[in-house]
Amino acid sequence: MKAINSLILVLALIVIAMLGAGALGIEYLFGVIIPYLAVLIFIVGFITKMVGWGKSAVPFRIPTTCGQATKSLPMFKDKWSRLDNPGTKLGTVGRMFFEVVLFRSLFRNTKVELHPGQYVAYSSSKWLWIFALIFHYTFLIIVLRHLRFFTEPIPGVIVFLDQADSMLQILTPPLFISSLLILVALGYLLLRRFFVPSMRYISQPADYVPLFLIISIVVSGMLMRYVGPFKTDLMPVKELAMGLVQFSPTVPEGIGLTFYVHFFLFSVLLMYFPFSKLMHMGGVFLSPTRNLPNDSREKHHANPWNYPVKVHTYEEYEDDFREKMVEADLPVVKPLEEKAEETSENDEKKE
Amino acid sequence: MYNAKYIIPGLIIFALLFTFPFWYNLGADAYEPVELELPEDYDDCLESTEYMRTEHMKMLDEWRDIYVRDGYQMYWSELKEQYFLMSLTKTCMDCHDNKEEFCDRCHDQTAVDPYCWDCHHIEP
Repeated sequence: MKAINSLILVLALIVIAMLGAGALGIEYLFGVIIPYLAVLIFIVGFITKMVGWGKSAVPFRIPTTCGQATKSLPMFKDKWSRLDNPGTKLGTVGRMFFEVVLFRSLFRNTKVELHPGQYVAYSSSKWLWIFALIFHYTFLIIVLRHLRFFTEPIPGVIVFLDQADSMLQILTPPLFISSLLILVALGYLLLRRFFVPSMRYISQPADYVPLFLIISIVVSGMLMRYVGPFKTDLMPVKELAMGLVQFSPTVPEGIGLTFYVHFFLFSVLLMYFPFSKLMHMGGVFLSPTRNLPNDSREKHHANPWNYPVKVHTYEEYEDDFREKMVEADLPVVKPLEEKAEETSENDEKKE
Repeated sequence: MYNAKYIIPGLIIFALLFTFPFWYNLGADAYEPVELELPEDYDDCLESTEYMRTEHMKMLDEWRDIYVRDGYQMYWSELKEQYFLMSLTKTCMDCHDNKEEFCDRCHDQTAVDPYCWDCHHIEP
């Protein structure tokens, strides 16, 4: 039901774009106003969210069990500990780098299996890692490829990316490998939520909506490239895109409706981004188990929001009440020296 | 804010990366829509302009297969109701005789690099 509702929501967005840009003919809203608004909401929302997270408390070091602190426990010789459980800043930068670039935390994903005879087994499960990796990198390539519409002259890197991505030379226009791979990866990420019971149980609309949204964006883009009736003339599209980035927006004639659906869905993705789980793009850099070096035995970490506390130590307490304590036969750390001297003097006088 | 010395430069890098198209085109002149050198002798191509815009690459690909692999030579144009030789250099480029002022204008603007020219060496 949560999946169906999310699908209906995304389909409604498609209908909105079709009605607005197609039937009502307000292309300016869908081609200029909403995209500008989306970029603004995305950047301002992203920064606001990150600053908000930056203001919240940073926890104490969380040593992870995948490695041992090499400096304080020198008997552990595993050299990978310097990366898995680093005590230095350099090691932590390395751990963050590989986390962001290779998703090492997902690589450690395990699954629990119940075997006959009540045996519980934990085994490695790399599927999520590999498909997540495929998804994120193909998405990156696709976003970069689209810069061909937003730059003039097109940087050589983007042209190269375009050619490398279409090097299989199958279909006309040539098939982009990244478009095919992203659909496979998105299919896995979606079907995982449908067919793994534990995943289905915890899946919320907030999980399904981004998936359906991105699938719709990819499909509308591919329809525009490969399927006859959905095709659109690219030259007015480039004119529109260049108008947007040069702040002289124009809405040229002859852009197909599929383009407005594609563009509107991506604008919605940008607007939704700062308020969704997609913020893990920035959040990954603030993962406390990843970005804090395990140096809790080497350095003194004072709580940064400690305020000066008025302390009254036991020694000071004893100084205040020593006489009374001695009178009451309570044990004292420091004997009552002055009093003792006085009494001995008195004794001498008596003698 | 904690760790501002890391978060703030990070956010500046983020903002710079994601506004790349806006500042990349800053110095450049305003974008001019592409204008093609069209043949003066004819008003229409083999099919309608809209069809040629969206399907010319598919048409040429099919021509290549039909001519080179299957041995048929003629294409029936629905628009002109006439047969044409299926040839890039002899038919298409008979009218569109300047690759740089016709083919390349749009292709360069959209980073399209068709492999037609791997075999057809067109001397300017």
